[in-house]
Amino acid sequence: MLTTSPAQTRLKANPRKRWKPILFHLVVGLLALVMIYPILWMISSSLKPNGEIFSQAYNLIPSRIAWENYRSGWAGFAGNTFTTFFKNSLIIVVVSTIGAVASSAVVAYGFARIPFAGKGFWFACMMMTMMLPHDVTMIPQYVMFSKIGWLSSFKPVIVPQFFAVPFFVFLIMQFIRTIPHDLDEAAKMDGCSKYGIFFRIVLPLIVPSIVTAAIFSFYWRWDDFINPLLYLNNPKLYPVSLALKMFLDGDSVNNWGGMFAMATLSLVPIFLIFFVFQRYIVEGISTSGLK
Amino acid sequence: MTKFRENNHLVGYLFTAPFIIGFLIFTMFPMLASLYYSFTDYNLFEAPNWVGFDNYKTMFTGDDQYWKSVSVTFTYVVASVPLRLAFALAVAMLLNKAIGGIGLYRSAYYLPSLIGGSVAVSIMWTQVFGDKGLLNSFLNLFGAHATTSWIGSPGTAIWTLVALSVWQFGSSMLIFLAGLKSIPASLHEAANVDGAGAVRRFFKITLPILSPIILFNLIMQTISAFMTFTPAYVISRGEGGPLDSTLLYSLYLYKRAFQFTQMGYASAMAWVMLLTVGIIALILFQTSKYWVHYESKGES
Repeated sequence: MLTTSPAQTRLKANPRKRWKPILFHLVVGLLALVMIYPILWMISSSLKPNGEIFSQAYNLIPSRIAWENYRSGWAGFAGNTFTTFFKNSLIIVVVSTIGAVASSAVVAYGFARIPFAGKGFWFACMMMTMMLPHDVTMIPQYVMFSKIGWLSSFKPVIVPQFFAVPFFVFLIMQFIRTIPHDLDEAAKMDGCSKYGIFFRIVLPLIVPSIVTAAIFSFYWRWDDFINPLLYLNNPKLYPVSLALKMFLDGDSVNNWGGMFAMATLSLVPIFLIFFVFQRYIVEGISTSGLK
Repeated sequence: MTKFRENNHLVGYLFTAPFIIGFLIFTMFPMLASLYYSFTDYNLFEAPNWVGFDNYKTMFTGDDQYWKSVSVTFTYVVASVPLRLAFALAVAMLLNKAIGGIGLYRSAYYLPSLIGGSVAVSIMWTQVFGDKGLLNSFLNLFGAHATTSWIGSPGTAIWTLVALSVWQFGSSMLIFLAGLKSIPASLHEAANVDGAGAVRRFFKITLPILSPIILFNLIMQTISAFMTFTPAYVISRGEGGPLDSTLLYSLYLYKRAFQFTQMGYASAMAWVMLLTVGIIALILFQTSKYWVHYESKGES
């Protein structure tokens, strides 16, 4: 009777310890459920027959799986189907992202490794641009693009991305700073020019930060609403983000199922990339405060 | 040729050229143009006429809708930014534990932020807070006969936008988590031995160490909160209603510029916004002396 195992003494000594993990999972789990409930609800609504979506909204389980929502949603508006909208989104996002990442990497190397006159000034300009409200440049940019006849084309949405995105420059610079200078010096001894050093030595080493920037560029361009709203006035050119808005306009206002179905589909690429590149995303946010 | 290749000034400018050219074309020139437009009656179709400070005068003294949008925006910013950061920090501290399933929880809390900026989420939100939406459906489950549309009522509409913003605390949470992980456990243990309770440890150790991150988050989130556009546009179908209750500054600016083609007036609005955001950022920086602790100072 006198001999109790160490484990038992620990339990007796502090019974609160036993309940702590359970309480933790209960509180944190419940809160997590509240957080993702609206997302689950959207997905389940996309599979409910139209009359059922709002009759018992809290209910997540449809009486039958209504795949027809996806068909009616995909049909789109006035002959423009979601095939067009997804294709537009992909073109815009892929070309923009290539431009944003390539130009940002080049600029980041310039700022991080090459001493040149006026560097401090231009760097300050870049940090300032990062905090500048879009509203200030929006109107003159619109005027500029309309004067050169770029309205109703992808150009105003895509071309500016080819001139480096300050956030990505900053992100990649932080990464270049972790590469030892000795490496550059050694390459220089071997007769490598600055271009050679960048392409052969630095570029392969900064791939992780480039992947991170590419993922964020993809997200931001995919979600972008205001630029397409301003510049793409023809439904044939709408990306998914803008097309979704049409479910709320005029005649199509009652196709709730189709709306939820397309809203759900529009999130699929975002989720896919998250699950594949989770590590890069979490690191990107933690180190630079992106998003 | 070799000289060219080795001249750092030239090479530096060559590498940074994409930014510098882009900055001049897409930032510098538009800023100057916008400043000029703000003193004109530019309407996109006719040449701009110089009107001096008329736009600013109208804005401050003769436009009730403008003041309405200012008050809606301040309500939104002042409510959403601190709430969002408080949630982010609280949940980050909860999740800063080595317990099974923590990765799953982290993902669940981050999920809303991941999809936060999308139109899909704004559309979903209009249905969650609609008269027959998810929220009322839950309330009715508990016997409340809720039939009002939270989004359709002037008194509550802006709070649904605040709720949407607070719901997306995940990215700030991840930043805080990274900060919390960098606090050496020995600090807390030492304080524990000295008899400091959890509350004391939070205020004396955790908060001071996180304060630079809090400042950074506070400034960036305040700026982006001032610029919020998409959810207000989608939820109110581009109008800012009901009764202008969701007429955020950016939305009103957009309406003035692109629905009424008053480019001059909207440009003046943009400059007031720029100055306001600049002043707020400056104040935050200045006051940070009193509450932000940098480790390099060698304190503690």
